[in-house]
Amino acid sequence: MTLTLTTAARVLAQIRFDRRTVALIIVLPCLLLGLIAWMFDGTPVLDQFGPMLVGLFPLIVMFLVTSVATLRERQSGTLERLMTTPLGKGDFVAGYALAFAGLALVQALVVVGFALLVGMDVAGPLWLVVVVALLDAVLGSCLGLAASALARSEFQAVQMMPAIIFPQLITCGLLMPRDEMPQVLEWLSRVFPLTYAVEAMQDLAAGAEWPDVAGAVGVIALFIVGAVTLGVATLRRRTA
Amino acid sequence: MVNNGGAVRVRGLDVERGGREVIAGLDVDVPTGQVVGLLGPSGSGKTTLMRAIVGVQDRTRGEVTVLGEPAGSPGLRRRVGYVTQAASVYTDLTVVQNLRYFARLAGLPAAGADAAVARAVDTVDLAGHEKQRVGTLSGGERSRVSLAAALVGDPELLVLDEPTVGLDPVLRRDLWRTFRGLAADGRSLLVSSHVMDEATQCGRLLLLRRGELVADTTPDELLAETGAPDAERAFLALIDRSEAAGTTTGEESR
Repeated sequence: MTLTLTTAARVLAQIRFDRRTVALIIVLPCLLLGLIAWMFDGTPVLDQFGPMLVGLFPLIVMFLVTSVATLRERQSGTLERLMTTPLGKGDFVAGYALAFAGLALVQALVVVGFALLVGMDVAGPLWLVVVVALLDAVLGSCLGLAASALARSEFQAVQMMPAIIFPQLITCGLLMPRDEMPQVLEWLSRVFPLTYAVEAMQDLAAGAEWPDVAGAVGVIALFIVGAVTLGVATLRRRTA
Repeated sequence: MVNNGGAVRVRGLDVERGGREVIAGLDVDVPTGQVVGLLGPSGSGKTTLMRAIVGVQDRTRGEVTVLGEPAGSPGLRRRVGYVTQAASVYTDLTVVQNLRYFARLAGLPAAGADAAVARAVDTVDLAGHEKQRVGTLSGGERSRVSLAAALVGDPELLVLDEPTVGLDPVLRRDLWRTFRGLAADGRSLLVSSHVMDEATQCGRLLLLRRGELVADTTPDELLAETGAPDAERAFLALIDRSEAAGTTTGEESR
Protein backbone atom coordinates (compact mmCIF):
# COMPACT_ATOMS: atom_id res chain seq x y z
CA MET A 1 0.00 0.00 0.00
CA THR A 2 2.83 2.39 0.90
CA LEU A 3 4.49 1.64 -2.41
CA THR A 4 1.22 2.30 -4.27
CA LEU A 5 0.93 5.72 -2.64
CA THR A 6 4.63 6.45 -3.16
CA THR A 7 4.22 5.63 -6.85
CA ALA A 8 1.05 7.73 -7.13
CA ALA A 9 2.91 10.66 -5.54
CA ARG A 10 5.78 10.21 -7.97
CA VAL A 11 3.44 10.17 -10.98
CA LEU A 12 1.67 13.29 -9.71
CA ALA A 13 5.01 15.04 -9.23
CA GLN A 14 5.81 14.25 -12.86
CA ILE A 15 2.45 15.58 -14.04
CA ARG A 16 2.73 18.68 -11.89
CA PHE A 17 5.95 19.56 -13.61
CA ASP A 18 4.28 19.27 -17.02
CA ARG A 19 2.06 22.35 -16.65
CA ARG A 20 0.98 22.42 -20.26
CA THR A 21 -0.45 18.91 -20.06
CA VAL A 22 -2.30 19.78 -16.87
CA ALA A 23 -3.70 22.88 -18.55
CA LEU A 24 -4.78 20.85 -21.59
CA ILE A 25 -6.44 18.20 -19.44
CA ILE A 26 -8.43 20.77 -17.47
CA VAL A 27 -9.06 23.53 -20.01
CA LEU A 28 -9.61 21.56 -23.21
CA PRO A 29 -12.87 19.83 -22.17
CA CYS A 30 -14.17 23.22 -21.00
CA LEU A 31 -13.34 24.81 -24.34
CA LEU A 32 -15.10 22.07 -26.29
CA LEU A 33 -18.09 22.22 -24.01
CA GLY A 34 -18.18 26.00 -24.38
CA LEU A 35 -18.16 25.62 -28.14
CA ILE A 36 -21.23 23.38 -28.00
CA ALA A 37 -22.98 25.68 -25.53
CA TRP A 38 -22.40 28.59 -27.88
CA MET A 39 -23.49 26.69 -30.97
CA PHE A 40 -26.77 25.52 -29.43
CA ASP A 41 -27.44 28.66 -27.43
CA GLY A 42 -31.13 29.00 -26.58
CA THR A 43 -31.95 25.30 -27.17
CA PRO A 44 -32.11 22.46 -24.61
CA VAL A 45 -29.24 20.61 -26.35
CA LEU A 46 -26.70 21.42 -23.63
CA ASP A 47 -29.04 20.18 -20.90
CA GLN A 48 -29.59 16.99 -22.85
CA PHE A 49 -26.06 16.20 -24.02
CA GLY A 50 -23.96 18.24 -21.61
CA PRO A 51 -23.73 15.55 -18.90
CA MET A 52 -22.72 12.97 -21.49
CA LEU A 53 -19.95 15.17 -22.83
CA VAL A 54 -18.85 15.94 -19.28
CA GLY A 55 -18.35 12.19 -18.93
CA LEU A 56 -16.88 11.52 -22.36
CA PHE A 57 -14.11 14.11 -22.63
CA PRO A 58 -12.34 13.03 -19.43
CA LEU A 59 -12.54 9.38 -20.45
CA ILE A 60 -10.86 10.02 -23.79
CA VAL A 61 -8.26 12.43 -22.45
CA MET A 62 -7.33 10.15 -19.56
CA PHE A 63 -7.09 7.14 -21.85
CA LEU A 64 -4.55 8.91 -24.04
CA VAL A 65 -2.53 10.44 -21.23
CA THR A 66 -2.26 7.19 -19.30
CA SER A 67 -1.38 4.98 -22.23
CA VAL A 68 1.37 7.34 -23.34
CA ALA A 69 2.70 7.76 -19.79
CA THR A 70 3.02 4.03 -19.20
CA LEU A 71 4.48 3.44 -22.65
CA ARG A 72 7.09 6.08 -21.85
CA GLU A 73 7.86 4.22 -18.66
CA ARG A 74 8.37 1.03 -20.64
CA GLN A 75 10.62 2.64 -23.21
CA SER A 76 12.78 4.71 -20.88
CA GLY A 77 13.88 1.58 -19.04
CA THR A 78 12.43 2.79 -15.76
CA LEU A 79 9.79 0.05 -15.84
CA GLU A 80 12.49 -2.60 -16.23
CA ARG A 81 14.29 -1.09 -13.26
CA LEU A 82 11.09 -0.91 -11.20
CA MET A 83 10.53 -4.59 -11.90
CA THR A 84 13.80 -5.38 -10.07
CA THR A 85 12.62 -3.48 -6.96
CA PRO A 86 10.12 -4.59 -4.31
CA LEU A 87 7.42 -2.62 -6.16
CA GLY A 88 4.56 -4.99 -6.95
CA LYS A 89 2.85 -5.03 -10.33
CA GLY A 90 -0.38 -4.11 -8.53
CA ASP A 91 1.40 -1.19 -6.83
CA PHE A 92 2.51 0.10 -10.21
CA VAL A 93 -0.92 -0.08 -11.85
CA ALA A 94 -2.80 1.13 -8.77
CA GLY A 95 -0.30 3.95 -8.29
CA TYR A 96 -0.92 5.18 -11.81
CA ALA A 97 -4.70 4.73 -11.52
CA LEU A 98 -4.72 6.64 -8.22
CA ALA A 99 -2.60 9.52 -9.53
CA PHE A 100 -4.76 9.95 -12.60
CA ALA A 101 -7.92 9.59 -10.52
CA GLY A 102 -6.72 12.57 -8.48
CA LEU A 103 -6.20 14.56 -11.64
CA ALA A 104 -9.55 13.32 -12.96
CA LEU A 105 -11.31 14.59 -9.85
CA VAL A 106 -9.99 18.09 -10.41
CA GLN A 107 -10.95 17.80 -14.06
CA ALA A 108 -14.48 16.57 -13.31
CA LEU A 109 -15.09 19.36 -10.80
CA VAL A 110 -13.81 22.07 -13.14
CA VAL A 111 -15.63 20.75 -16.20
CA VAL A 112 -18.96 20.31 -14.41
CA GLY A 113 -18.55 23.74 -12.84
CA PHE A 114 -17.85 25.26 -16.23
CA ALA A 115 -20.83 23.47 -17.80
CA LEU A 116 -23.09 25.01 -15.16
CA LEU A 117 -21.56 28.39 -15.83
CA VAL A 118 -22.39 28.21 -19.54
CA GLY A 119 -25.96 27.22 -18.75
CA MET A 120 -26.15 23.44 -18.42
CA ASP A 121 -29.22 22.56 -16.38
CA VAL A 122 -29.13 19.02 -15.00
CA ALA A 123 -32.46 17.59 -13.87
CA GLY A 124 -30.84 14.93 -11.65
CA PRO A 125 -28.52 15.49 -8.68
CA LEU A 126 -25.33 17.32 -9.63
CA TRP A 127 -23.03 15.41 -7.28
CA LEU A 128 -23.91 12.23 -9.18
CA VAL A 129 -22.85 13.86 -12.44
CA VAL A 130 -19.47 14.59 -10.82
CA VAL A 131 -19.22 11.02 -9.48
CA VAL A 132 -20.01 9.48 -12.86
CA ALA A 133 -17.62 11.87 -14.65
CA LEU A 134 -14.89 10.90 -12.17
CA LEU A 135 -15.58 7.19 -12.65
CA ASP A 136 -15.49 7.69 -16.42
CA ALA A 137 -12.10 9.35 -16.17
CA VAL A 138 -10.75 6.58 -13.95
CA LEU A 139 -12.16 4.01 -16.36
CA GLY A 140 -10.41 5.85 -19.20
CA SER A 141 -7.06 5.80 -17.44
CA CYS A 142 -7.41 2.12 -16.45
CA LEU A 143 -8.30 1.16 -20.03
CA GLY A 144 -5.31 3.21 -21.17
CA LEU A 145 -3.07 1.30 -18.78
CA ALA A 146 -4.30 -2.04 -20.09
CA ALA A 147 -4.06 -0.88 -23.73
CA SER A 148 -0.49 0.35 -23.34
CA ALA A 149 0.56 -3.25 -22.71
CA LEU A 150 -0.49 -4.04 -26.28
CA ALA A 151 1.37 -1.10 -27.82
CA ARG A 152 5.00 -1.45 -28.84
CA SER A 153 5.46 2.10 -30.08
CA GLU A 154 4.02 5.59 -29.63
CA PHE A 155 2.25 5.24 -32.97
CA GLN A 156 0.47 2.13 -31.78
CA ALA A 157 -0.30 3.66 -28.38
CA VAL A 158 -2.06 6.64 -29.95
CA GLN A 159 -4.03 4.34 -32.29
CA MET A 160 -5.27 2.34 -29.32
CA MET A 161 -7.63 5.20 -28.55
CA PRO A 162 -9.69 4.94 -31.78
CA ALA A 163 -9.32 1.15 -31.67
CA ILE A 164 -10.73 0.78 -28.18
CA ILE A 165 -12.86 3.90 -27.63
CA PHE A 166 -14.46 4.53 -31.05
CA PRO A 167 -16.41 1.25 -31.36
CA GLN A 168 -17.83 2.02 -27.94
CA LEU A 169 -18.69 5.57 -28.98
CA ILE A 170 -20.51 4.37 -32.07
CA THR A 171 -22.63 1.79 -30.25
CA CYS A 172 -23.18 3.55 -26.92
CA GLY A 173 -26.45 5.14 -27.95
CA LEU A 174 -25.08 8.56 -28.77
CA LEU A 175 -25.55 8.22 -32.55
CA MET A 176 -28.73 6.15 -32.44
CA PRO A 177 -30.95 5.02 -29.58
CA ARG A 178 -29.73 1.52 -28.69
CA ASP A 179 -33.15 -0.13 -29.05
CA GLU A 180 -33.26 0.96 -32.70
CA MET A 181 -29.88 -0.58 -33.52
CA PRO A 182 -29.48 -3.97 -35.24
CA GLN A 183 -29.82 -6.71 -32.62
CA VAL A 184 -26.16 -7.79 -32.76
CA LEU A 185 -24.92 -4.23 -32.27
CA GLU A 186 -27.30 -3.80 -29.36
CA TRP A 187 -25.81 -6.93 -27.75
CA LEU A 188 -22.34 -5.62 -28.46
CA SER A 189 -23.13 -2.33 -26.76
CA ARG A 190 -24.09 -4.29 -23.64
CA VAL A 191 -20.52 -5.51 -23.15
CA PHE A 192 -18.93 -2.08 -23.60
CA PRO A 193 -18.40 0.06 -20.49
CA LEU A 194 -19.01 3.34 -22.31
CA THR A 195 -22.65 2.32 -22.87
CA TYR A 196 -23.25 2.39 -19.12
CA ALA A 197 -21.37 5.65 -18.68
CA VAL A 198 -23.49 7.35 -21.33
CA GLU A 199 -26.67 5.72 -20.08
CA ALA A 200 -26.07 6.97 -16.53
CA MET A 201 -25.43 10.50 -17.77
CA GLN A 202 -28.51 10.43 -20.08
CA ASP A 203 -30.64 9.30 -17.15
CA LEU A 204 -29.21 12.00 -14.89
CA ALA A 205 -29.93 14.62 -17.54
CA ALA A 206 -33.52 13.38 -17.61
CA GLY A 207 -33.87 13.68 -13.84
CA ALA A 208 -32.87 10.23 -12.56
CA GLU A 209 -31.90 9.77 -8.90
CA TRP A 210 -29.22 7.53 -7.33
CA PRO A 211 -31.33 4.31 -7.31
CA ASP A 212 -31.96 4.71 -11.06
CA VAL A 213 -28.29 4.94 -11.98
CA ALA A 214 -26.84 2.68 -9.25
CA GLY A 215 -26.81 -0.29 -11.63
CA ALA A 216 -24.92 1.55 -14.37
CA VAL A 217 -22.47 3.01 -11.85
CA GLY A 218 -21.88 -0.48 -10.47
CA VAL A 219 -21.11 -1.80 -13.95
CA ILE A 220 -18.63 1.04 -14.57
CA ALA A 221 -16.93 0.23 -11.26
CA LEU A 222 -16.70 -3.43 -12.25
CA PHE A 223 -15.12 -2.48 -15.57
CA ILE A 224 -12.56 -0.36 -13.68
CA VAL A 225 -11.65 -3.36 -11.53
CA GLY A 226 -11.48 -5.51 -14.67
CA ALA A 227 -9.23 -3.03 -16.49
CA VAL A 228 -6.88 -2.77 -13.49
CA THR A 229 -6.71 -6.56 -13.28
CA LEU A 230 -5.96 -6.74 -16.99
CA GLY A 231 -3.30 -4.04 -16.57
CA VAL A 232 -1.63 -6.06 -13.81
CA ALA A 233 -1.93 -9.32 -15.75
CA THR A 234 -0.33 -7.89 -18.88
CA LEU A 235 2.61 -6.39 -16.99
CA ARG A 236 5.65 -8.65 -17.17
CA ARG A 237 8.58 -8.74 -14.81
CA ARG A 238 10.57 -10.76 -17.30
CA THR A 239 10.82 -9.55 -20.88
CA ALA A 240 12.70 -10.83 -23.89
CA MET B 1 20.00 -20.19 3.14
CA VAL B 2 22.69 -21.95 1.17
CA ASN B 3 25.09 -19.41 -0.20
CA ASN B 4 28.21 -21.41 -1.10
CA GLY B 5 30.18 -18.25 -0.43
CA GLY B 6 29.27 -16.70 -3.77
CA ALA B 7 27.03 -13.76 -4.58
CA VAL B 8 26.02 -15.14 -7.96
CA ARG B 9 26.24 -18.68 -9.30
CA VAL B 10 25.28 -19.36 -12.88
CA ARG B 11 25.21 -22.91 -14.24
CA GLY B 12 24.30 -23.97 -17.75
CA LEU B 13 22.57 -20.72 -18.63
CA ASP B 14 20.94 -20.52 -22.05
CA VAL B 15 19.22 -17.36 -23.19
CA GLU B 16 17.34 -16.91 -26.42
CA ARG B 17 16.78 -13.43 -27.72
CA GLY B 18 15.21 -12.47 -31.02
CA GLY B 19 15.19 -16.12 -32.12
CA ARG B 20 18.92 -16.53 -31.55
CA GLU B 21 20.88 -18.05 -28.67
CA VAL B 22 22.80 -15.12 -27.21
CA ILE B 23 24.07 -17.11 -24.25
CA ALA B 24 24.69 -20.83 -24.51
CA GLY B 25 25.66 -23.06 -21.59
CA LEU B 26 27.28 -20.34 -19.52
CA ASP B 27 28.85 -21.08 -16.12
CA VAL B 28 29.84 -18.01 -14.09
CA ASP B 29 30.57 -17.23 -10.44
CA VAL B 30 30.62 -13.84 -8.76
CA PRO B 31 32.32 -14.05 -5.36
CA THR B 32 31.03 -12.07 -2.38
CA GLY B 33 32.72 -8.84 -1.35
CA GLN B 34 34.55 -8.17 -4.60
CA VAL B 35 34.30 -5.95 -7.64
CA VAL B 36 33.93 -8.31 -10.57
CA GLY B 37 34.37 -6.83 -14.02
CA LEU B 38 32.24 -8.23 -16.81
CA LEU B 39 34.06 -7.37 -19.99
CA GLY B 40 33.59 -8.11 -23.61
CA PRO B 41 32.82 -6.49 -26.91
CA SER B 42 29.33 -5.15 -27.55
CA GLY B 43 26.92 -7.94 -28.40
CA SER B 44 28.84 -10.45 -26.28
CA GLY B 45 25.88 -10.98 -23.94
CA LYS B 46 26.92 -8.81 -20.98
CA THR B 47 23.58 -7.06 -20.62
CA THR B 48 21.64 -10.28 -21.18
CA LEU B 49 23.63 -12.01 -18.43
CA MET B 50 23.01 -9.08 -16.08
CA ARG B 51 19.30 -9.08 -16.86
CA ALA B 52 19.20 -12.82 -16.12
CA ILE B 53 20.92 -12.19 -12.78
CA VAL B 54 18.48 -9.45 -11.72
CA GLY B 55 15.57 -11.60 -12.91
CA VAL B 56 14.05 -9.57 -15.73
CA GLN B 57 15.31 -11.68 -18.64
CA ASP B 58 12.72 -13.93 -20.21
CA ARG B 59 13.44 -17.19 -22.01
CA THR B 60 16.26 -18.35 -19.81
CA ARG B 61 17.14 -21.97 -19.13
CA GLY B 62 19.60 -23.18 -16.55
CA GLU B 63 20.36 -22.22 -13.00
CA VAL B 64 20.97 -18.66 -11.78
CA THR B 65 21.36 -18.38 -8.01
CA VAL B 66 21.72 -14.92 -6.47
CA LEU B 67 22.60 -14.51 -2.77
CA GLY B 68 21.39 -18.06 -2.20
CA GLU B 69 18.01 -17.64 -3.89
CA PRO B 70 16.86 -18.26 -7.46
CA ALA B 71 17.28 -15.10 -9.57
CA GLY B 72 14.17 -12.95 -9.64
CA SER B 73 12.82 -14.19 -6.27
CA PRO B 74 10.71 -11.55 -4.52
CA GLY B 75 13.07 -11.68 -1.51
CA LEU B 76 15.97 -10.54 -3.69
CA ARG B 77 14.37 -7.31 -4.87
CA ARG B 78 15.44 -5.50 -1.75
CA ARG B 79 18.93 -7.03 -1.77
CA VAL B 80 19.93 -6.45 -5.40
CA GLY B 81 20.44 -3.09 -7.09
CA TYR B 82 20.42 -2.85 -10.88
CA VAL B 83 21.55 0.00 -13.06
CA THR B 84 20.63 -0.32 -16.72
CA GLN B 85 22.93 0.85 -19.46
CA ALA B 86 20.75 3.84 -20.42
CA ALA B 87 20.01 6.12 -17.49
CA SER B 88 16.69 4.77 -16.21
CA VAL B 89 15.47 7.63 -14.05
CA TYR B 90 12.64 10.11 -14.49
CA THR B 91 13.83 13.08 -16.53
CA ASP B 92 10.89 15.23 -15.44
CA LEU B 93 11.72 14.87 -11.75
CA THR B 94 14.55 16.44 -9.80
CA VAL B 95 17.58 14.46 -8.65
CA VAL B 96 16.25 14.28 -5.09
CA GLN B 97 12.70 13.38 -6.18
CA ASN B 98 14.11 10.47 -8.18
CA LEU B 99 16.36 9.22 -5.42
CA ARG B 100 13.73 9.58 -2.73
CA TYR B 101 11.33 7.51 -4.82
CA PHE B 102 13.83 4.71 -5.28
CA ALA B 103 14.77 4.90 -1.60
CA ARG B 104 11.13 4.42 -0.61
CA LEU B 105 10.83 1.52 -3.06
CA ALA B 106 13.87 -0.08 -1.43
CA GLY B 107 11.93 -0.03 1.82
CA LEU B 108 13.54 2.92 3.57
CA PRO B 109 11.16 4.87 5.81
CA ALA B 110 10.54 8.51 4.94
CA ALA B 111 12.86 9.65 7.73
CA GLY B 112 15.78 7.41 6.78
CA ALA B 113 15.33 8.09 3.07
CA ASP B 114 16.59 11.67 3.24
CA ALA B 115 19.88 10.68 4.84
CA ALA B 116 20.35 7.85 2.33
CA VAL B 117 19.59 10.23 -0.54
CA ALA B 118 22.15 12.73 0.72
CA ARG B 119 24.77 9.97 0.99
CA ALA B 120 24.05 8.69 -2.53
CA VAL B 121 24.21 12.22 -3.98
CA ASP B 122 27.57 12.67 -2.30
CA THR B 123 28.88 9.32 -3.57
CA VAL B 124 28.17 10.14 -7.20
CA ASP B 125 29.41 13.71 -6.73
CA LEU B 126 26.18 15.47 -7.61
CA ALA B 127 26.08 17.82 -4.62
CA GLY B 128 24.63 21.16 -5.72
CA HIS B 129 22.40 19.51 -8.33
CA GLU B 130 19.86 18.09 -5.85
CA LYS B 131 17.01 20.36 -6.91
CA GLN B 132 17.79 20.18 -10.61
CA ARG B 133 15.53 18.29 -12.97
CA VAL B 134 17.28 15.25 -14.43
CA GLY B 135 16.24 16.26 -17.95
CA THR B 136 18.41 19.37 -17.70
CA LEU B 137 21.52 17.44 -16.61
CA SER B 138 24.27 16.29 -18.95
CA GLY B 139 24.44 12.68 -20.10
CA GLY B 140 27.16 11.81 -17.63
CA GLU B 141 25.29 13.42 -14.78
CA ARG B 142 22.14 11.54 -15.68
CA SER B 143 23.92 8.21 -15.58
CA ARG B 144 25.25 9.15 -12.16
CA VAL B 145 21.71 9.83 -10.95
CA SER B 146 20.81 6.40 -12.29
CA LEU B 147 23.72 4.88 -10.36
CA ALA B 148 22.75 6.77 -7.19
CA ALA B 149 19.21 5.40 -7.50
CA ALA B 150 20.66 1.90 -7.04
CA LEU B 151 23.09 2.92 -4.27
CA VAL B 152 20.41 4.62 -2.23
CA GLY B 153 18.91 1.32 -1.04
CA ASP B 154 22.35 -0.01 -0.02
CA PRO B 155 21.84 -3.43 -1.67
CA GLU B 156 24.07 -6.43 -0.99
CA LEU B 157 24.65 -7.03 -4.69
CA LEU B 158 25.02 -4.26 -7.24
CA VAL B 159 24.67 -5.12 -10.90
CA LEU B 160 25.93 -2.16 -12.91
CA ASP B 161 25.71 -2.12 -16.69
CA GLU B 162 28.43 0.17 -18.04
CA PRO B 163 28.17 2.73 -15.22
CA THR B 164 31.25 4.67 -16.28
CA VAL B 165 30.43 5.23 -19.95
CA GLY B 166 30.77 8.87 -20.95
CA LEU B 167 32.31 9.98 -17.66
CA ASP B 168 35.51 11.95 -17.39
CA PRO B 169 38.68 10.26 -16.10
CA VAL B 170 38.59 11.92 -12.68
CA LEU B 171 35.04 10.83 -12.03
CA ARG B 172 35.72 7.34 -13.37
CA ARG B 173 38.60 6.96 -10.98
CA ASP B 174 36.44 8.20 -8.08
CA LEU B 175 33.63 5.83 -8.96
CA TRP B 176 35.93 2.83 -9.14
CA ARG B 177 37.27 3.87 -5.76
CA THR B 178 33.67 3.95 -4.51
CA PHE B 179 33.04 0.49 -5.95
CA ARG B 180 36.11 -0.90 -4.18
CA GLY B 181 35.00 0.79 -0.97
CA LEU B 182 31.59 -0.87 -1.23
CA ALA B 183 33.28 -4.22 -1.82
CA ALA B 184 35.50 -3.66 1.22
CA ASP B 185 32.29 -3.18 3.22
CA GLY B 186 31.15 -6.62 2.09
CA ARG B 187 28.98 -5.65 -0.87
CA SER B 188 29.35 -7.59 -4.09
CA LEU B 189 29.54 -5.81 -7.41
CA LEU B 190 29.24 -6.99 -10.97
CA VAL B 191 30.27 -4.15 -13.25
CA SER B 192 30.24 -4.39 -17.02
CA SER B 193 32.40 -2.36 -19.34
CA HIS B 194 33.63 -2.54 -22.86
CA VAL B 195 36.62 -0.37 -22.01
CA MET B 196 39.21 -3.04 -21.37
CA ASP B 197 41.51 -0.73 -19.45
CA GLU B 198 38.94 -0.58 -16.68
CA ALA B 199 39.75 -4.25 -16.11
CA THR B 200 42.67 -3.32 -13.91
CA GLN B 201 40.25 -1.68 -11.49
CA CYS B 202 38.49 -4.96 -10.72
CA GLY B 203 39.28 -7.65 -8.20
CA ARG B 204 38.23 -10.33 -10.63
CA LEU B 205 37.49 -10.42 -14.34
CA LEU B 206 35.05 -12.26 -16.52
CA LEU B 207 35.58 -11.96 -20.24
CA LEU B 208 32.56 -12.73 -22.35
CA ARG B 209 32.53 -13.21 -26.06
CA ARG B 210 29.58 -14.34 -28.16
CA GLY B 211 27.76 -15.47 -25.04
CA GLU B 212 30.62 -17.66 -23.87
CA LEU B 213 33.11 -17.21 -21.08
CA VAL B 214 36.60 -16.70 -22.52
CA ALA B 215 38.32 -15.98 -19.21
CA ASP B 216 37.67 -15.97 -15.48
CA THR B 217 40.78 -14.47 -13.96
CA THR B 218 42.36 -11.61 -12.02
CA PRO B 219 44.01 -8.56 -13.62
CA ASP B 220 47.48 -9.72 -12.56
CA GLU B 221 46.99 -13.26 -13.81
CA LEU B 222 45.64 -11.93 -17.07
CA LEU B 223 48.72 -9.85 -17.76
CA ALA B 224 51.09 -12.53 -16.52
CA GLU B 225 49.48 -15.29 -18.54
CA THR B 226 49.33 -13.42 -21.81
CA GLY B 227 52.54 -11.45 -21.38
CA ALA B 228 50.74 -8.43 -22.78
CA PRO B 229 51.67 -4.90 -21.62
CA ASP B 230 48.09 -3.78 -20.96
CA ALA B 231 44.60 -5.17 -20.45
CA GLU B 232 43.38 -4.36 -23.93
CA ARG B 233 46.16 -6.28 -25.65
CA ALA B 234 45.85 -9.09 -23.13
CA PHE B 235 42.21 -9.52 -24.09
CA LEU B 236 42.99 -9.44 -27.77
CA ALA B 237 45.58 -12.15 -27.17
CA LEU B 238 43.02 -14.25 -25.30
CA ILE B 239 40.44 -13.79 -28.01
CA ASP B 240 42.90 -14.70 -30.76
CA ARG B 241 43.82 -17.79 -28.77
CA SER B 242 40.19 -18.83 -28.32
CA GLU B 243 39.52 -18.25 -32.04
CA ALA B 244 42.46 -20.45 -32.90
CA ALA B 245 41.17 -23.14 -30.54
CA GLY B 246 37.99 -23.29 -32.58
CA THR B 247 34.50 -22.95 -31.22
CA THR B 248 35.13 -24.38 -27.74
CA THR B 249 36.42 -21.66 -25.51
CA GLY B 250 36.82 -20.86 -21.89
CA GLU B 251 37.81 -24.30 -20.59
CA GLU B 252 41.58 -23.93 -20.67
CA SER B 253 41.63 -20.47 -19.16
CA ARG B 254 39.53 -21.38 -16.14
